[in-house]
Amino acid sequence: MTLTPWQTAAIFAAVAAGTMLTRFLPFLLFPENRALPPVITFLGRVLPPAMVALLVVYCFKNVSFSSASHGLPELIACAAVAALQRLFKNTLLSIALGTALYMLLVQTVFA
Amino acid sequence: MNTKLKTAERLEKSAAFRAAFPHTVPVLMGFLVLGIAYGWLMQTKGYHVGWALLASACCFAGSMQFVTVTFLTSAFDPLSAFVMSLMVNARHIFYGISMLDKFKGLGRIRFFLIFWLCDESYSIESGTEPPEGVSQKYFYFFISLLDYSYWLTGTALGGVIGGMVPINTQGLDFALTALFVVMLMEQWKHRERRLLCLGAGAATALMLALFGPDRFVIPAMGLILVLLLGFRPRIEKAWPEEESS
Repeated sequence: MTLTPWQTAAIFAAVAAGTMLTRFLPFLLFPENRALPPVITFLGRVLPPAMVALLVVYCFKNVSFSSASHGLPELIACAAVAALQRLFKNTLLSIALGTALYMLLVQTVFA
Repeated sequence: MNTKLKTAERLEKSAAFRAAFPHTVPVLMGFLVLGIAYGWLMQTKGYHVGWALLASACCFAGSMQFVTVTFLTSAFDPLSAFVMSLMVNARHIFYGISMLDKFKGLGRIRFFLIFWLCDESYSIESGTEPPEGVSQKYFYFFISLLDYSYWLTGTALGGVIGGMVPINTQGLDFALTALFVVMLMEQWKHRERRLLCLGAGAATALMLALFGPDRFVIPAMGLILVLLLGFRPRIEKAWPEEESS
């Protein structure tokens, strides 16, 4: 554990608050089924793809391309996930095999 | 009289449960596997199964909970965690909006339906009406409750198994990356969303380069919002609003 128990609880509370806000907000804001501002519907449409892209980059935040393994295990495993998903279109399979390959790479080849 | 009423209510609930369960079987598979991965990952970071269950019980947000693990293993930053959970889960707002009508007048159960709203329960509940004679209220209630319980069960299993199996789990975190790569591929299928993905990815990478790995999340989200709103006319043109998404 990097954080203290209280800090951990605070992170959980922050995430729970943010998540629950997204769930309860519409029911608090639009009790009468009022029409939504168009900018809100727009963001609702475009935020999901933008956030997925952000999250992919986020996952690479601690990968160093200049030292040690040059991010090779990450890139190889990502390519494997993409190929598996293309071939079998089974999300859980792609995640499981891709993760297994990554673990194998960082524990043996790039150890 | 009282017992008769109670029996009737019990029958109503069990009919709703039996109608709801088959709809949730695919979710059972997915949530168990991902829940196990989550509980296990938490275990490898030194968090007892109780912590993982606490997070699953009060957040119930699959991908965000995986992201939260990264917040637990870096510098203490609850504000970024809060903003990140808002943005990552922003889609819930639109689920909620489309369920405003369906969840009307459901009394106390409404609270739980909102609390348990997730991609999976939304996709079932928005597209499925209960069979003839089955209470809509309890039908939705059990779909949501079952989905929630699958997630908790998976989390608990993962936490317990992770504590027992003595294998080297170095690299298990990659499950998070893999999950997002698959989600990105789903977005990539839509031609009109590709430029948007690339733009948001580039904006995030730029902020990562400028602010470093511990402080880039909020600036990246700010820049993405500015870009989305700034290019709104163009985006609307390339990706016009469909009737249903």
